[in-house]
Amino acid sequence: MAHDSTYGVNDFGLKIATVNGTGSASANGLLLQALFRMGVPVSGKNVFPSNIQGLPTWYEIRVNADGYTARSPDFQIVLAMNPESYARDIEEVVSGGWILHDSSRELSDEFKRDDVTFLGVPFADLCVQRFDGSRTRILMKNITYVGALVALLDIDMDVVKGMLREKFATKQHLMDANFIAIELGYDYVQEHFDCPLPIRLETMDATKDSVMVTGNAAAALGCVYAGATVGAWYPITPATSVMDGFAEYCNRFRIDPETGKNNFCILQAEDELAAAGMVIGAGWMGARAFTPTAGPGVSLMTEFIGLAYYAEVPSVFFDIQRAGPSTGMPTRTQQGDLLLCAYASHGDTKHIALFPADPKECFEFAVAAFDLAERFQTPTFVVSDLDIGMNDWMIPKLEWDDDFVPDRGKVLSEEELEQAERFYRYLDVDGDHIAARTLPGVHPKGAYFTRGSGHDKYGRYTEDSDAYVEVMDRLLKKVESAADSVPAPDMYSVEGGSRLGLISIGGCHWAVLEARAHLAREGAQVDYLRVRGFPFSDAVEQFVDEHEIVIVVEQNRDEQLRKLLLLETRCSKRKLVSVTDYGGHPLSKGIVLEGVAPYLELLAVEVP
Amino acid sequence: MSYITKPSARHPRLPTNALGLTVRDYEGSMSTLCAGCGHDSVTAALVQTFFELDVEPHRIAKLSGIGCSSKTPTYFVSQAHGFNGVHGRMPAIAAGANAANRDLLFVGISGDGDSLSIGLGQFCHAIRRNVNMLYLLENNGVYGLTKGQFSASADIGTTSKRGEVNAQGPIDPINLALSLGATFVARSFSGDKKQLVPILAAGLRHNGFAFVDVVSPCVAFNDHPGSTKSYAHSRSHMHEVVETDLVPLRAEIRTDYAEGSVKLITMHDGSVVKLSKVAEEYDPTDRRGVLNHLSETGARGEIATGLLYIEEAGADMHGFRGTVDRPLVDLPFEGLCPGGAALEELQREWR
Repeated sequence: MAHDSTYGVNDFGLKIATVNGTGSASANGLLLQALFRMGVPVSGKNVFPSNIQGLPTWYEIRVNADGYTARSPDFQIVLAMNPESYARDIEEVVSGGWILHDSSRELSDEFKRDDVTFLGVPFADLCVQRFDGSRTRILMKNITYVGALVALLDIDMDVVKGMLREKFATKQHLMDANFIAIELGYDYVQEHFDCPLPIRLETMDATKDSVMVTGNAAAALGCVYAGATVGAWYPITPATSVMDGFAEYCNRFRIDPETGKNNFCILQAEDELAAAGMVIGAGWMGARAFTPTAGPGVSLMTEFIGLAYYAEVPSVFFDIQRAGPSTGMPTRTQQGDLLLCAYASHGDTKHIALFPADPKECFEFAVAAFDLAERFQTPTFVVSDLDIGMNDWMIPKLEWDDDFVPDRGKVLSEEELEQAERFYRYLDVDGDHIAARTLPGVHPKGAYFTRGSGHDKYGRYTEDSDAYVEVMDRLLKKVESAADSVPAPDMYSVEGGSRLGLISIGGCHWAVLEARAHLAREGAQVDYLRVRGFPFSDAVEQFVDEHEIVIVVEQNRDEQLRKLLLLETRCSKRKLVSVTDYGGHPLSKGIVLEGVAPYLELLAVEVP
Repeated sequence: MSYITKPSARHPRLPTNALGLTVRDYEGSMSTLCAGCGHDSVTAALVQTFFELDVEPHRIAKLSGIGCSSKTPTYFVSQAHGFNGVHGRMPAIAAGANAANRDLLFVGISGDGDSLSIGLGQFCHAIRRNVNMLYLLENNGVYGLTKGQFSASADIGTTSKRGEVNAQGPIDPINLALSLGATFVARSFSGDKKQLVPILAAGLRHNGFAFVDVVSPCVAFNDHPGSTKSYAHSRSHMHEVVETDLVPLRAEIRTDYAEGSVKLITMHDGSVVKLSKVAEEYDPTDRRGVLNHLSETGARGEIATGLLYIEEAGADMHGFRGTVDRPLVDLPFEGLCPGGAALEELQREWR
């Protein structure tokens, strides 16, 4: 696998191996945030089990001064705190790297490697000597390893202590304990090893316009900003934190100051079927409503999604994808629901879908999704994934235009209905394939029957072929016309154009960008397009037309994006090739380079 | 089946209600159900109820799932918004719709297939959630549209039209609703409009999930001697335990009632439901007592009818969720979107 070997200051990978449920998550978050506050570009990937307590869990931190935040599987230093996973954790550090481990118990010879440096710190013993109570000892062990890393990696101790002060401002005893623990680790390491290591931190100024947030929190905030009032859901990993976030931001921004009551309604449904039904019921009434879920939830919702498509009820669905099929690997990421979301439900259906690449786009596309759902009166998907949704990402600060006016689509007002002679729900009066709708309770003339059974353009039940086909044809044109309204593809072109093109989607973006830059340094110039919306705009087809070979990079086994491109454009099947990666980890540069390598001869360059 | 328009001619001297509307204004399109279907009588009772309650037609939201019963919302109040959803999932649509616009009058029509088989879970959870709606279960013990299979409400030993005998125990929706904490539970018969109309009226006034199980015979597949959901069986086995009357808001209660014989329940909107005991020692506000009574009478093969249980003081879904009184759909965007300054401030915490 090709990779850079120049690691050092502000450029390395750290892997932390701990036991799930021991409180390491907050210590790891503390580390990540400290590096971010030092102004150094950083990314954190939580690799956790589907378990509450006891199984191995990992946290990967990548520090990269150039701002590349894709996952990198090259770890220069591994912190091995979990004997159960020692074997694989120790194996994962690159040659010449460091292994920081708990030396309270001697490391068995079978784990020893002679091409890496072992740094033993008796974390458990230090905490047992210094703290009382088993729970406190376990928790403080995490802070002790933070202290050790502060010393080894030259992390700014003032930044870390400042964060502890903020966190425990009202809990003096916890602050004291944390300070003791962090210095325990720090002092031990300073005393026993040469500090810092060649891989270390140096303060930079590269993060001041950025914030750190998860995609699910950003998506939830987008729902609040879009004016969503009804959220229905059934708990599921990795989508749960979308609704947690929505509740949090609603409690902050949506409490009626006079009555203390909620300007929102969150319904925890009995299953995903009900959650979808609730969203559709609320959408029918004219509320902006959404449900966050993952692949298994979308599977259950498909019946209702077909209803919303056919009866033309605005509704927004967030699919935070995880590794399928079936229950699959609930805590691993994947892009396995692309085809599912595009065509969910039986019969002829097609849906608008937006594909964010990071939390910033989760926020923006959440807002856009409600506009699109209402303008086109149809189910609209925001297709995110576990990596984007649950990991903390460094993103440019979110912005909001206070002149924003939501696009509520064609909704007839009471006055318009009063003046109208008659109202027919599915009549394409304007010739743009979108019929005006009415909201229940507004005016007697607006009444009609919303139904999933066959209907004609007047909204009446029908079993007549021509009347049925007329509506179905309009629906097809309506959804296809959304191609120009979904976010345009993100394009990166070489001057003069390349014969080789890359296409990717969602969170693959960052590894592809990094791989593309790597290729450029080696003299291989490739064009790149990131799909951001479905149905595809003409620009997507044009991009394929303009290249001899187009490599589609995506995270599923079945080349779903490639298939979607073949189905929805006139692209030649031979032209499109795939690089797939579906083991459950966020994509890394090396996989892209490996996948692209066979096609580089087209550019007459060889890239090592 | 095609869309059938009813002639709009009406008798010039038809009585009008407080809104100046006649009973015809609460009708829908022509029923396409079988002649003599119990469901059509339920529809007629609903029409009468809406008329009597002076309901503005367009303030009604009528919902249903799939099946014969679910076709009926088309047959009443054509000026109401209707939603014919998917099989067994009407309660979810109703919950979401009610969450968005709590000011409308929600009426859900379902059948025994809808509520007790494919949608049993949704039915149960709508009760737990106490969605403010009138929920009818038009109960005939069979699947009509698919030609006569037993439903989950078919009693043991009943026979199908083809002669099969049902061996599986039934799900009793009344027992189920009571045990799940339903706040309004009634049973009636499609053939007894006099009993049904006041129950429906009280149900519409109830703040919460008003459940009405209406035995509504299927003339095509389940109106034969081997059925316990036939007209004949229903008429001979039904016993009214409580007589219901709704005293509208503007009427004054004048009569003094003998202590113990009558219960007056003040509804959320101030109207009063008058419950007169027929069965001795029957208390429609004592859940455990009602369950015991139903268990005893049921063992004798009797079908107790009337507004069997009522509890008016509880919170509905909005009460549980703490939602504002104003319908969410009426909240202006400006008040929902926190704006740029708030975003700036929030993001300081993301550093």
